[in-house]
Amino acid sequence: MDKYVCTICGYVYDPAQGDPDNGIAAGTSFEDLPGDWECPVCGAPKADFEKQA
Amino acid sequence: MKPVEIAKGVYHVGVLDWNIRDFHGYSTEKGTSYNAFLIVDEKIVLIDAVKKEFADQLLANIAQVVDPKKIDMVISNHTEMDHSGGLPRVMHYIGEDKPVLCSKMGEKNLSQHFAQNLNYRAVENGEEISVGSRSLVFLETRMLHWPDSMFTFDKTNGILFSSDAFGQHYAGYEMFDDVMGNAVMAHAKKYFANILLLYAPKILKLVDQVTQMGLDIRMICPDHGIIWRTDPAKIINAYVAWSQQEPLNKAVVVYDTMWKSTRIMAEAIADGIAEAGVAVKPIHIRSSHRSEIMTELLDARAFVFGSPTLNNNIFPTVADVLTYVKGLKPKNRLGAAFGSYGWSGESVKIIQAELEAMGAQIIDKGLRIQYVPDADAVAQCVDFGRRIGQAVNE
Repeated sequence: MDKYVCTICGYVYDPAQGDPDNGIAAGTSFEDLPGDWECPVCGAPKADFEKQA
Repeated sequence: MKPVEIAKGVYHVGVLDWNIRDFHGYSTEKGTSYNAFLIVDEKIVLIDAVKKEFADQLLANIAQVVDPKKIDMVISNHTEMDHSGGLPRVMHYIGEDKPVLCSKMGEKNLSQHFAQNLNYRAVENGEEISVGSRSLVFLETRMLHWPDSMFTFDKTNGILFSSDAFGQHYAGYEMFDDVMGNAVMAHAKKYFANILLLYAPKILKLVDQVTQMGLDIRMICPDHGIIWRTDPAKIINAYVAWSQQEPLNKAVVVYDTMWKSTRIMAEAIADGIAEAGVAVKPIHIRSSHRSEIMTELLDARAFVFGSPTLNNNIFPTVADVLTYVKGLKPKNRLGAAFGSYGWSGESVKIIQAELEAMGAQIIDKGLRIQYVPDADAVAQCVDFGRRIGQAVNE
């Protein structure tokens, strides 16, 4: 599964880790994150993320 | 500085730092201020807490208005230590049981700064509290410019406490935009270029959001510098314009030099650009400061960088500026590279790769001159400058 980078603050969403502080289990792909999920660091929406090269 | 009542029941109790000249790598020739605001209503509220070494001065300023121990709550709009460093001292003095209101990220970040277990209370975005005759609304402004950043808005009186946004590094008694006049804009521009440019997309969204909310902003109180009371729309509109990154027909030639060859090139290139009718300025890096250079680049269409080749690489001061500029994420720029060299001449390629990494569109294959430019080489530089000027004009 691909990692995604927040273009605003540089946070990397790693599916292997998920985002447990915000109820996202490890193993959740970026595509499967809920539409209203936000960058846990800066609050950017999913649309502001890019696939990590 | 004595406290000043900036609006009914609102006091500027901040401090002036006349002597600071290097603010984490930003040159502050005019010093700066750490603004803090005291609201005296049914509740007494302190907004932000200045840099650590000024905490006692802050308390002394507050004491000229009211006994600091009577403060009911402190609002921390931003965790960065020039606004929170004094917090442990202030809370120790006024009572550590008093609440410190901050954003959710503020609670996380403040607790990673200070050993004291302060009584943090995270507020929600849009949450409103009454402190007597007035209501305060909290607006999350994450990444403007830290994850914890927020604004506090005195809805009743239209006063926006905007943390670092709309600020300027400037120490002076003018205090207000109308007193300082247009000179404030140069400081505000430098602040934007060096602190906020990389969050331009966030700024545009925030301004949209605030416009939709229909907030009636009559005064903006940033945490540094001058307060915008006459025409707050002026600085908001300037932020929108800078954030849109639609640069002027302007070029900046930024370079360093070892034996003056790259300097000769830089000045000849600038001549060529000027001949094409484009505003241009050559800047020798070691005669300037990276934050001044960034301010010049903010509204420049073309970034022209020059470096001699040193040890098969670019000159380290050029790398410094390129790294700094790239981090601030300029958009919609043209780029060109040049440099003098002795035998290997890698600098032009290295600079071009850095400019490309910024997303700049490279104008020309670049210009390298071996050893000392002769008359023919100078003519090539002027011509190179003309081509850059033409590209800017297109």
